[in-house]
Amino acid sequence: MAEMAEHSPASPPVRREARMHPLAVRIMHWINAAAIIIMIMSGIKIYGDSPIFSFIAFPNALTLGGDPDIAFRLHGNGGQSGALQWHFLGMWIVFVNGTVFLTYGLISGRWRRMLLPIRPREVIATLRDALRFKLSHDDLTVYNAVQKLLYVGIILVAVVEVAAGLAIWKPVQLSHLASLFVSFQGARLVHFFGMSAIVAFLCVHVLLALLVPQTLLAMITGGPKIDLGRAPPPPLTPQPGE
Amino acid sequence: MSIRTPSPSRFRPARRIDPGFLAENKALIERIDRRKVLRGSLSLGALALLGGCDVTDTDAMQKVLTAVSAWNDRAQALLFDQNHLAPTFTEAEVLKPPRFEAYYGLADVSPVDVSTWKLELGGLIADKRPWTAAQIYALPEQELIIRHVCVEGWDYIGQWSGVNLRRFLEMVGADLTAKYVAFRCYDDYYGSIDMATALHPQSILATRYAKEYIGDPFGYPLRLRTSTKLGFKNPKWITAIEVTNNYPGGFWEDRGFNWHSGL
Repeated sequence: MAEMAEHSPASPPVRREARMHPLAVRIMHWINAAAIIIMIMSGIKIYGDSPIFSFIAFPNALTLGGDPDIAFRLHGNGGQSGALQWHFLGMWIVFVNGTVFLTYGLISGRWRRMLLPIRPREVIATLRDALRFKLSHDDLTVYNAVQKLLYVGIILVAVVEVAAGLAIWKPVQLSHLASLFVSFQGARLVHFFGMSAIVAFLCVHVLLALLVPQTLLAMITGGPKIDLGRAPPPPLTPQPGE
Repeated sequence: MSIRTPSPSRFRPARRIDPGFLAENKALIERIDRRKVLRGSLSLGALALLGGCDVTDTDAMQKVLTAVSAWNDRAQALLFDQNHLAPTFTEAEVLKPPRFEAYYGLADVSPVDVSTWKLELGGLIADKRPWTAAQIYALPEQELIIRHVCVEGWDYIGQWSGVNLRRFLEMVGADLTAKYVAFRCYDDYYGSIDMATALHPQSILATRYAKEYIGDPFGYPLRLRTSTKLGFKNPKWITAIEVTNNYPGGFWEDRGFNWHSGL
């Protein structure tokens, strides 16, 4: 917090400048983070009521609503209903926050500016640099090709994950959506793999944020200022004005 | 008139605290180290953060979760389309026998003696005369081959026949503008559904499974089967039906599961 106070005041207002992460994005990012953790922790408890894979089980300690003592006190069961309550709470947060986040990203041009284009050649080059620990983080405001790929990927996974979740919740009212997943268990399977992909993304995302703490700080304070009036760096295609 | 009473306040204790208390407990008071108190309060804060789950499972949080569940009931009622039919399946896909589930094990099922069994009617119903099994089984039947989805996550395709619930409610003169249709069961299970679901074309009082009488573990002689609700919203071994405007709850709903639980 002290950081924020040091950086923000007194710098003279210059041209059309903005923070790398506008306040709205930061707020939505952290609400998303909380909602996703609620969804994962309650989801793995619900999974346990009828496991898809006999060899995959989750201990109650990792779950939300799954503490047996509390669950018995509140609901007289082992936490099945508590986990569902948490999952539905998370569902509404994801629904509202996710819709605004998605709409904002698409309409503001933020995603087009920061996530596109993704060139396979650059992805390979970045991966090679990463494996040699030669990645540069001089400019936080420009994502490298692997970052772009991961962010676009996780947005698509999130969309599929929500669709599969809706197909599980409303297989009759949303029967057309549900039929995309072939069967009810098909939707469950996709929902489970989607969750796994999100967990994998979270691990990489958090690990990288911890390795390059400026990125984590940027998601709290807003990060470096960017000039919205200027065209983005050369390798990118020309962007329509913001 | 300058005399002031020593006790202007009604809340002043009748007996003053003996100041000797401080002297007596001097040692104890001196042991209260300000730094220790501060440090202790820090640890308490850290504990609250560490024990995240314990903090979030408090009764206040439970109030929020219960409120969200009630909100979910309303949202699902809005999402519910009375004319939208659930997908149906072929006889080849039907699981025989169906999967058993109750709040107890299969071995504890106590079969209904159909010679003494009666279906009682109550609440906002004009003709409350009870029904015998023979009378129920003489009613015209409708067959549904639909998916049964359990709140736990498993599912199967079942083939159910019985009288259409809307038709039955009309026959006995139920108030179709009432909010709830409630069920009581032979095994003390109880449950309720919204009227909109009760009037859905794929809601039946089932008497048969795969054209045979429903087996004892699956609700013989009478159970609810509706294509638009989770499994636990379909009570088995029904002994009474009540139409009401007072929220009747349900066995699992009273244990934290969502009431509407529509599919």
